[in-house]
Amino acid sequence: MITRELNIRSSSTQNDEDIKVTTRPFVASFILIGGVFLLLLGIGASISVGAVDIHLKTVWEAVFHFNPELTNHQIIQELRMPRAIAAALIGAFLAVSGAIMQGMTRNPLASPSIMGVTEGSAFMIAIAFAFFPGTTYLGLLIWSFVGAGIGASLVYTIGSFSKGGLSPVKLALAGTAVSALLSAISSAIAIHYHVAQDISFWYAGGVAGAKWVSVQLIIPVAVIGLLLAFIMARSFTVLSLGEEVAKGLGQRTIIVKAVGTIIVLLLTGAAVSVAGSVGFIGLVIPHITRFLVGLDYRLIIPCSAILGGLLLVLADIGARMVNPPFETPVGAITAMIGVPFFLYLARSERRGL
Amino acid sequence: MEWIQNKLRKSFFIMSIIALFIIISLFMSLNMGVIRIAPMDVLKTIAGYGTEKQELVLFDFRLPRLIIALLIGAGLGVAGAILQGVAQNELADPGILGINAGAGFAVVLFIFFFQGSTASLGMLSIFVMPFFAFIGAFVAAFFIYILAWKKGVTPTRLILVGIGINAAFAAALIIFQLKMNPNDFMQAAIWLSGSIWGTNWKFVLATLPWVILLIPLTLYKARYLNVLNLGDSLATGLGADVERERRILLLIAVGLSGSCVAVGGGIAFLGLVAPHIARMLVGPKHQFLIPASALVGAFILIIADMIGRNLLAPSEIPVGIVVSVLGAPYFIYLLMRTN
Repeated sequence: MITRELNIRSSSTQNDEDIKVTTRPFVASFILIGGVFLLLLGIGASISVGAVDIHLKTVWEAVFHFNPELTNHQIIQELRMPRAIAAALIGAFLAVSGAIMQGMTRNPLASPSIMGVTEGSAFMIAIAFAFFPGTTYLGLLIWSFVGAGIGASLVYTIGSFSKGGLSPVKLALAGTAVSALLSAISSAIAIHYHVAQDISFWYAGGVAGAKWVSVQLIIPVAVIGLLLAFIMARSFTVLSLGEEVAKGLGQRTIIVKAVGTIIVLLLTGAAVSVAGSVGFIGLVIPHITRFLVGLDYRLIIPCSAILGGLLLVLADIGARMVNPPFETPVGAITAMIGVPFFLYLARSERRGL
Repeated sequence: MEWIQNKLRKSFFIMSIIALFIIISLFMSLNMGVIRIAPMDVLKTIAGYGTEKQELVLFDFRLPRLIIALLIGAGLGVAGAILQGVAQNELADPGILGINAGAGFAVVLFIFFFQGSTASLGMLSIFVMPFFAFIGAFVAAFFIYILAWKKGVTPTRLILVGIGINAAFAAALIIFQLKMNPNDFMQAAIWLSGSIWGTNWKFVLATLPWVILLIPLTLYKARYLNVLNLGDSLATGLGADVERERRILLLIAVGLSGSCVAVGGGIAFLGLVAPHIARMLVGPKHQFLIPASALVGAFILIIADMIGRNLLAPSEIPVGIVVSVLGAPYFIYLLMRTN
């Protein structure tokens, strides 16, 4: 394995200590090329597997020689394709925002699933279902987008303003408390207005309900968010060395943090609004990626995007295979993968990044 | 000596005041509801001169429910006090640690796979259910303890592992929940958010033995909790078998929260808030702290139940939601304050 080392000389440290950032560009390019190939294969498989199994050849024809007379082509175009594409995009969103959160806060437990994003979004959806029953699909997406922002901002604010700063435990506990509060209020609304199961289906539904509308909504987010993330990658690398170091190197950390937060809110908001509660991808994938490609965010961000997309596409296929013809909530499957990983991180002594 | 006498007298005084508050709130709660019964009529009915309808409402619906609230509140308050003492962390709570989630999962499994539905709960299953809840709570606590163990258990690791276990049970629950029919789903959703749904005397009988046995046992063990608070090495030096006592105390907390969850659902934050308030009132000595936590817990739950029943009447807000809305901000406040 070839390892390149970026040496950054820090002017803030008195003893001229070199800070080494290990990167593995070869592994990264391997992941990017192999990952894209696997992702395309996964999307193909995701389109062909389901209540009706459709041959891959038919999938190809439906995409490139669409014939509206054939039912299978209709299923592919109207149901399976948006679902597979949404899964790939949302997996990428969650993984990239997790990577940015972990880098910015230097907190290994930072991730969308413990930041109150889902509950915030469920809270707004509960309000929408209860008080504005006629809300369109697009309207619901926007409501949940706003809610995701509210949840994450609350957790982040409480964590940052508390005595002793934003430690991993603080963040996890603040996330738990805010989630409990928001979900208590939304349960009260849901029970009083009899919309509990509607909300749960929206939330546990994963990407099953994704339509072209949702894909259209998240594609601009994908372009803006992922592009911004990639442009900012270098700054994230510097910031991930620590705020003091970053300042010493001349970075205006406030701007980087602000842009980072906007990217995170954009990506997680979009992800939650379409797929609901899909936990732990944003926690697991950045760690695995960092382990594979090193600490340079120019490599981490694209690689996590690919791996995150791949994981959600596969988990979504899994959700359909566990108990056919019923769908298992994809969030439950990602939680089954993610919880052991979370426990491993909780046990490990190394809590900084 | 005189100092201890004073302290004792002061604590008894404070506890009797809380007890008085509990009696007043019980009485108020008996008046209120969809069918209002005037205070004089309540007294008359209790004395045996009420109408048949008043007797039915009071003795068959409100009184058992309030007694259950009393028992659950006391049980969860004490469970929280034990956990905070054992974990040496004032943010510990059976809900946050995932013990309630384990118990809740076991009860949901029991109801929907062995019973078919909530409607047909027989006498036997009411008494078996707390045992199921206990097993669920025990499994959760066991996993938390084992996974947090790494040459000892640090408070931070205990809490982080608890959050993880909580997430795992939540994921497992949602899988089963979405398979239910809408009615059962509603029931499960209400119950999981914490609701005193068994409102007859059988449930009182099912909970009573657990609370009556385990709270005095905790009081008997209170001195170990005091010693544990001094830190592990000092406790060992004083002759306490630290790990053994910690396990016994954990087991008591698991028993209490399991049996309370079986009847009251996943009421979170009560086990957190009650010991805190109790500590402010009577100080950190567990001989006083434990009975005070029981009293404060019972008081909070009766008030929350009253709010839940009457705020949006005739629909009922599950009591756990009321407790969460009151307790979560307090938790956040504590979180921001502690280092």
